[in-house]
Amino acid sequence: MFPFSLLGQRGRRTEEGVFRGLMVFAVFLVVGSLLLIVLTIIWKGLPSLNLAMITRTPQGGYYLGKEGGILNAIVGSLYLAGGATLLALILSLPVVLYLNLYTRKYSPLANFVRFSFDVLWGVPSIVLGAFGFVVMVFLGLKTSLLAGIITVALLEFPIMSRAMDEVIRLVPRDLKDASYSLGATKLETALKVILRQSLPGIVTGVLIAFGRGIGDAASVLFTAGFTDRVPTKLSALFQPVATLPLAIFFQLGTPFPEVRQRAYASAAVLTILILIISLVSRALVKRYTKHTIR
Amino acid sequence: MNGGKISAFRLLKDNLARRSMFVLTIVPGLLVALMVVGLLLRSKAILAVKPLSRLLFSSAWHPLRGEFGLLPFITGTLWVTAVAMVIAVPISLLAAVYLSEYAPRAVRETARPIVDLLAGLPSVVYGVWGILMVVPFVSDQLAPLFGTKSSGYSILAGGIVLAIMVFPTIIHVSLEVFTSIPHALREASFSLGATRWETVKHVVLRKGGQGIIAAVVLGVSRAFGETMAVLMVVGNIPKVPKSLFGAGYPLPALIANNYGEMMSIPLYDSALMLASLVLLVVVLVFNVLARIILVRAERKAE
Repeated sequence: MFPFSLLGQRGRRTEEGVFRGLMVFAVFLVVGSLLLIVLTIIWKGLPSLNLAMITRTPQGGYYLGKEGGILNAIVGSLYLAGGATLLALILSLPVVLYLNLYTRKYSPLANFVRFSFDVLWGVPSIVLGAFGFVVMVFLGLKTSLLAGIITVALLEFPIMSRAMDEVIRLVPRDLKDASYSLGATKLETALKVILRQSLPGIVTGVLIAFGRGIGDAASVLFTAGFTDRVPTKLSALFQPVATLPLAIFFQLGTPFPEVRQRAYASAAVLTILILIISLVSRALVKRYTKHTIR
Repeated sequence: MNGGKISAFRLLKDNLARRSMFVLTIVPGLLVALMVVGLLLRSKAILAVKPLSRLLFSSAWHPLRGEFGLLPFITGTLWVTAVAMVIAVPISLLAAVYLSEYAPRAVRETARPIVDLLAGLPSVVYGVWGILMVVPFVSDQLAPLFGTKSSGYSILAGGIVLAIMVFPTIIHVSLEVFTSIPHALREASFSLGATRWETVKHVVLRKGGQGIIAAVVLGVSRAFGETMAVLMVVGNIPKVPKSLFGAGYPLPALIANNYGEMMSIPLYDSALMLASLVLLVVVLVFNVLARIILVRAERKAE
């Protein structure tokens, strides 16, 4: 018996060690791939990144390697994602408040809505783009900032709602009860207690959604079009708009090395933008969670 | 009394808010149905001319001659997804097990934002990275290793890029599954003298089995629909792919590449809408399945 169990012990310990090693390696791969991607993009992009790139619009022959920058795409993306985030917020906030105030925890309606959000989250952005195109044709719109905003809002809606729902769910019951016992209506409780209590979560939800909106290309391909101009007037809502991901894609599609270099630089701009958004949202959460009641 | 009036107004406001919020609450469910209906209506034109089975199982893709066989694109999608899952499933599951069962708190807390960041990177950025690193890696290192030639723009490159994009989905869902498993079960296993890995093998993985399946299914559906990153590295030749080192042309790439010409060739737009519909239906089925499994597992755990 004894030698067997000794051998067994050693075998067990080896198995433990082997799998532990494999797991550490897997974590290393996951973390490493993020670092590798971000560093490669920035390292390749930075050399050709200059002030003109981010302060000028494409001039004549820009896509052949002549003068200009991608200001049109940067501003366009900010407007598009900003508008979409606003629209998604207007849709999300009431839904999430309704779910948490007016429905019981496991009511069929609440389950169904959460389920729909999960499913909606899983819809690929290219399909959202195609659907956005159908809606656009239905409404009689052309490829435009507005059509892009509607499509990207559809993309952001489930992301934002799920993020907010998770935080608002955590608001302690006692807090709601205290508000009701003072005679507040549900609406007043929602606006004055719950919103304030879960503000950091809401801000994070908004920022996560904004980040997704700015980075998505497939959904705007059909709906937003592309242009070399920066949108200025309100009428730009009905005109095509440039977006940063598509600018990268188009610049990469040219056979000219200078233009491809600029695509790398544009990708670096987009990556840095996304990193900043996610760092800011993290910092905001840390800062505001100090003021919530636990 | 004045107070009465004010409170009547407050109640009215509350009532109005409740009703309008309720209407908006129906929207997400409605949207899913609306998408299916909208895409179906737009693809009716081509379905009226050709039977669905011919469209799905023919590999003749000649839009100008009115032939819209989607088979090359469907197989392209399946290949790329399969490669991605073969790479992503073991790595993500091992990483998730480590983070939930082994890692000290500090490591877990740092890994979470990193996984989130990976999920938040735009797919175009993945695509650019794929062109810069994965494509040359496939053509200069992997292809010679296997004794073939490849331009690098291949199913394999698409699969590798896609695998990294799927990590966060699988890690997230399986982490949630693992943390929902009661601690008492693990302690019971430890008290019988099991090592950590034995506990993982016999308790955590067994108890979380269904959840893991759901995580993988969600990963597959994420991979199925990913567009830009794959499109940029996969080569895009509309033929049924023969080798991992050859080019493929997944469905999402087909839709994205041809939005420009689709209005100028008859039935082309309808064919692309049908392609989107196929994608949507597959992803919907996968998502609904996975969520049902997850909800059941969660109820069981509670």
